Amino acid sequence: MSRMQNVVIETVKTALGWVPAQWLPGGTPDPLIERRVALGRQDSRLDGPAKVTGLARFAAEVPMERLCYGALLHSTVTRGRIARLDTAAAEAAPGVVLVMTHRNMPRIGTLALIGVSDLSAVGNSSLPILQNDEVRYNGQVVAAVLAETQEQADHAASLIEIDYAVEAAKTRFDDAKAAARTPASILIERNHVLVGNAAQEVDRAAHRVDNLYRTPGHNHNAIELHAVTVAWQGETLLVHDATQMIAPSANALAKLFGLKKQQVRVLSPYVGGGFGGKGLWDHQVVAVAAAKLVGRPVRLMLSRESVYRMIGGRSPSEQRVAIGADADGRFNAIIHTGYSVMPPYGACPEQYTMCSRALYNAKSFEIVQHHVDLDIVPNTYMRAPGEAIGTFAIECAVDELAHQMGIDPIELRRRNEPERHPLSGTAFSQRALTTAYAEGAQHFGWERRLAEPGARRDGEWRIGMGCASGSFPYARMPGAHVRLTLRRDGTVNLSCSAQEMGMGTSTVQVQHAADRLGLPVEAISFDMGDSALPAGSMAGGSSQTVSLAAAIMAATEKLTGELLRLAGNDSPLAGLRARDVQLVDAGIGDVADTARHESYRSILTRAAREEVSVIAAGSPPLEMLKFAMHSSSAVFCELRVSEVTGEIRIDRLLGSFDCGTILNPKTAASQFKGGMIMGIGLALTEETLFDARNGRIMNATLADYHIPVHLDVPEIDVIWTGIPDPRSPLGARGIGEIGITGVAAAIANAVFNATGKRIRDLPITLDKLL
Amino acid sequence: MNPLSYHRALSTADALSRAGDGAARLLGGGTNLVDLMRKGVERPSALVDVTALPGTIEATAEGGLLIGAAARNSAVAAHPLVRSQYPMLARAILAGASAQIRNMATVGGNLMQRTRCLYFQDAAASRCNKRIPGSGCEAEGGFNRYHAIIGTSPSCIATHPSDMCVALAALDARIHVAGAAGMRTIPLVDFHLLPGDRPDIETLLAPGDIILAVEIPPSPVARNSAYRKVRDRASYAFALVSVAAGLSVREGSVEDVRIAFGGIAPKPWRAFRAEAALRGGPATREAFEAAVIEELAGATPPPEAAFKVELARRTLVAVLTELSGSDR
Amino acid sequence: MAIRINGAEIAVPDDARVSLLGLLREQLHLTGTKVGCNQGACGACTVLIDGERVLSCLTLAVQADERSVTTIEGLSGAGSHKLQDAFIEHDGLQCGYCTPGQICAADAMLREIAAGVPSYITADLAAPARLTREEVRERMSGNLCRCGAHNGIVDAILQVAAERTA
Ligand SMILES: Cc1cc2nc3c(=O)[nH]c(=O)nc-3n(C[C@H](O)[C@H](O)[C@H](O)COP(=O)(O)OP(=O)(O)OC[C@H]3O[C@@H](n4cnc5c(N)ncnc54)[C@H](O)[C@@H]3O)c2cc1C
Ligand code: SF4
Ligand code: FES
Ligand code: FES
Repeated sequence: MSRMQNVVIETVKTALGWVPAQWLPGGTPDPLIERRVALGRQDSRLDGPAKVTGLARFAAEVPMERLCYGALLHSTVTRGRIARLDTAAAEAAPGVVLVMTHRNMPRIGTLALIGVSDLSAVGNSSLPILQNDEVRYNGQVVAAVLAETQEQADHAASLIEIDYAVEAAKTRFDDAKAAARTPASILIERNHVLVGNAAQEVDRAAHRVDNLYRTPGHNHNAIELHAVTVAWQGETLLVHDATQMIAPSANALAKLFGLKKQQVRVLSPYVGGGFGGKGLWDHQVVAVAAAKLVGRPVRLMLSRESVYRMIGGRSPSEQRVAIGADADGRFNAIIHTGYSVMPPYGACPEQYTMCSRALYNAKSFEIVQHHVDLDIVPNTYMRAPGEAIGTFAIECAVDELAHQMGIDPIELRRRNEPERHPLSGTAFSQRALTTAYAEGAQHFGWERRLAEPGARRDGEWRIGMGCASGSFPYARMPGAHVRLTLRRDGTVNLSCSAQEMGMGTSTVQVQHAADRLGLPVEAISFDMGDSALPAGSMAGGSSQTVSLAAAIMAATEKLTGELLRLAGNDSPLAGLRARDVQLVDAGIGDVADTARHESYRSILTRAAREEVSVIAAGSPPLEMLKFAMHSSSAVFCELRVSEVTGEIRIDRLLGSFDCGTILNPKTAASQFKGGMIMGIGLALTEETLFDARNGRIMNATLADYHIPVHLDVPEIDVIWTGIPDPRSPLGARGIGEIGITGVAAAIANAVFNATGKRIRDLPITLDKLL
Repeated sequence: MNPLSYHRALSTADALSRAGDGAARLLGGGTNLVDLMRKGVERPSALVDVTALPGTIEATAEGGLLIGAAARNSAVAAHPLVRSQYPMLARAILAGASAQIRNMATVGGNLMQRTRCLYFQDAAASRCNKRIPGSGCEAEGGFNRYHAIIGTSPSCIATHPSDMCVALAALDARIHVAGAAGMRTIPLVDFHLLPGDRPDIETLLAPGDIILAVEIPPSPVARNSAYRKVRDRASYAFALVSVAAGLSVREGSVEDVRIAFGGIAPKPWRAFRAEAALRGGPATREAFEAAVIEELAGATPPPEAAFKVELARRTLVAVLTELSGSDR
Repeated sequence: MAIRINGAEIAVPDDARVSLLGLLREQLHLTGTKVGCNQGACGACTVLIDGERVLSCLTLAVQADERSVTTIEGLSGAGSHKLQDAFIEHDGLQCGYCTPGQICAADAMLREIAAGVPSYITADLAAPARLTREEVRERMSGNLCRCGAHNGIVDAILQVAAERTA
């Protein structure tokens, strides 16, 4: 979520507090990079037992007394007004507790869009929610029903009669291009980048490619449906939500319903997949309002159809990439421009050109994005927004150029590998993409690839190999807090409002805290998923791990000072200051003289304290300002294409990652693979079918929107350079989103190698290969 | 879903006495009906569960098979006689849906499952002649990649989605039906109807009729048979094109052949013309090509499904070539 | 009228529309069985009826009358189920939402293979099916996972299968 980077950096610029000297130029890297015990170990995820037994309770699973169930009704037209609304039959239906429409929905304001003001702005849509008779997109929520049972609610919703006064709507991407907007900036970057005269350079280049690439809309399709269980307890509001943004959601709901922050508690200890889609949308607001009206707790779990209708996904795009190269393959010019959808009430600019700013050196650049305005459900962030589809375009283009020039595509990339950030000239904090390629190529057996397309076959199958680069920016959120409580028995509890969507958050941070504090992992527990806890970071932008790590570092520092104070003059540590000590062997020790050591237990016992508790926030993420920081990857694919049917079977997929320190190989490999598998879907099967005639999503089911199934997923190889980033906490960078980037291009390039057919329109369905 | 009554029928007579009620639907595994009820496409107020009626799989006196309508799809596919005598049928069933769904789905329900046309399924917002005759067809000019290329009418271009039925069509299966007027038998190839101007009428069943069994005659040609399904993901997806075929070749010429297509027509499409063209002729790739081209000569695909003509041709030629053993 | 659920006799709900899934989750608070689509398209709601895997979202609760239902809670039973341990060991889960469905499906699938039942990709339909990685992938394809835990899931299943035949 690089829009978050935007906000992050803005926030940092304005609120320059303490400077984390150790990560700035000339500073010393995080000492834990060198000293690791639990970190780097294959620990199994801590939440595993609760999940495999079905005991982990998700948002829709919290039992409550007097619960009623919600169902939503969606607009069937795209633009217009509600001309007639008859709720009588629904109200009279058995079990109905409330029918809520714009007529009786409490009046509330609109949500601040993500990234607009500050980190508490989390709205994905700024349209009013059930506040008036206006319809702005097909699928917008127009009514809600509460009933004693889900079956009754669903039935009653089907009895509501609505006539619309239909107005003309913009639903055709191609038609709307003419009126596209060109914003001044995309995230924090200037949108229109011109270095030299790229158009002229391309024309004059010895070798050039210049093509259009198209990607369709996508949906996150987390298997858990969006759900809330909401209860008003007097003047306080309890929201069990499936959300990636616990603390900001609580703030936003408080603002919307005129409550104090402390009056809203959002709980979300487990989230059944998010990928950017589990934010604050209309349904939470509707549920909270409806619960208020009826004075009863409400459970609202969206139907799968509702998820498609009202939770936006990834925008479709049309991208032009042109590259010019000299006779040696050095790039004279990179042009990356295009169109994606961003309605004025949406928040996500789908920054597909970002990757092209950092991947290659070139003499000249032209980069610009245009926003097409359509009347559709607002698109939002989806795993590696921008990069997932941007790398498809640029990395296919590089492959096309390499083929044209008769150069190995890895070699062509190597020749254009930048030393510093190609546009800003900033130093990379650490970058070893070339190493990742070398190691990946060796592991994969790249030398077995035949450059000539269609040269390898096995029966009816043509076999091909392809590769591509992936890239994703580093982000660390400011303001992530954590509470660290050290008890006299030598155990530690960490707590904050962060969440566990499957990334292994708690597992890795427990490993981290164990090393940081010189304790075994068994001594550490981690509570999270509750806005009543110190505000952690949101799960987005692949930033949660380093953001929490920085908070834990800060808390440890604070704790150390506190412990030294408590240790006092009777301690072997007497006279030592924080910078003289390290935390080892369940206590504090003198760095210079290992004999000087006192255990936590002893310090607390002498001080007659049961526990010491500190809350701290991570330092401002200044490293992001000073360095160009990116995770990067080399993706390799081998696949078969049936000459008869055009069917594609991926036989092998390998990701070679350069993402800093890998904190837990087991959970990290899962993150990488998960992203890569979503990349398989992006390449081959996934497409949200917007009917261009009316902007309605027609495949609003998991049967008709094809995400990869087991048989589509080969055994995936994942390797990494493991080179620590000297500028980040633990030497780590994000790993959650990089996995999907580059995959679609590697697959498309392998399809070309197998068949000689260049498919520039995703998904690569078999009809395109007949 | 409307409020409902539920009755588990314990005999055919019991089922027949309730099935005639216009607001009642027979319930097999529910894998299609319950889904369509949730989508508001089907709105029965009474369900008559027919899964307690016979579902046995038995050899018939003349050496064929009789499969009770309540037999689960998975049981049919796993049956030793089906696997050895009618491999195309076992393979077709196994190509459909998922293991869970095949454990639930009945043979009767599979025959009666309805199209997956996206507009048909969107009762809330889309016009569809199959749901409401005369209301229009939004697949025309909309998403029609999964739609039919042959046998369509201006009123409807939807496909029949079943895999099992494609094999049954190739195997000359007969449907045993009980109705108000007694028992009758309908050849499967006649059972499903082309849309004409009444796409809402999909089969020869009259209201109140119940499918009791499917009978498959003995079929030597079926022993050398195959089912190949082409789809958008490797598993758990409906067919773009599928082919069920059985072939026996003697001294280089086609002794007997059975061919049916799925995914290309409003009904399981038995390729009678191709069969006739092939029978007695040479079992060569060229002959297979010529036969399928003849079969699909009348194809009128909608824009997004145009590729299916070529895909069907290639798939059939590949299947027959493999069955003829000439590529081995 | 009763359904046996994890060994307990449960009355059939009055409202015939209530799915087995709804009965489990909302009335019995057996929320280990998950709901990902209510359309028969994801497998998250997989439970065992008389030992066979089915989708509880498309099963009306009344249809399960007089039958025996086992959910993930029932599989866990006395001790930990081998598959559950193997899923943890091989990291066959991330968010954990598809997991109970995957485990229930895998439990039944291993019995299906042991009984020699073929799949679409089994080369020789007449012979008993053999357990291979690809067979497991085909047979588990009715259980979607969006986090992408596929490799770990298959590894876990293969390990348990190997232990059983050992
Ligand atoms: C996600 C998903 C994927 C699928 N993929 C495939 C696929 O790839 N290939 C494929 O072929 N199928 C597929 N199916 C469809 C599945 O095969 C059918 O839903 C199933 O065969 C229907 O059988 P059933 O017993 O569940 O029927 P039900 O849903 O119970 O009934 C279907 C219809 O048959 C009628 N009926 C039932 N029994 C009788 C009877 N004895 N006499 C007369 N009428 C009767 C019912 O009234 C109803 O109208 C898929 C389904 C889903 C949900
Ligand atoms: S193709 Fe047939 S089923 Fe689909 S919308 Fe048209 S009439 Fe309806
Ligand atoms: S919830 Fe039953 S298959 Fe998805
Ligand atoms: S683990 Fe999240 S969906 Fe499978």
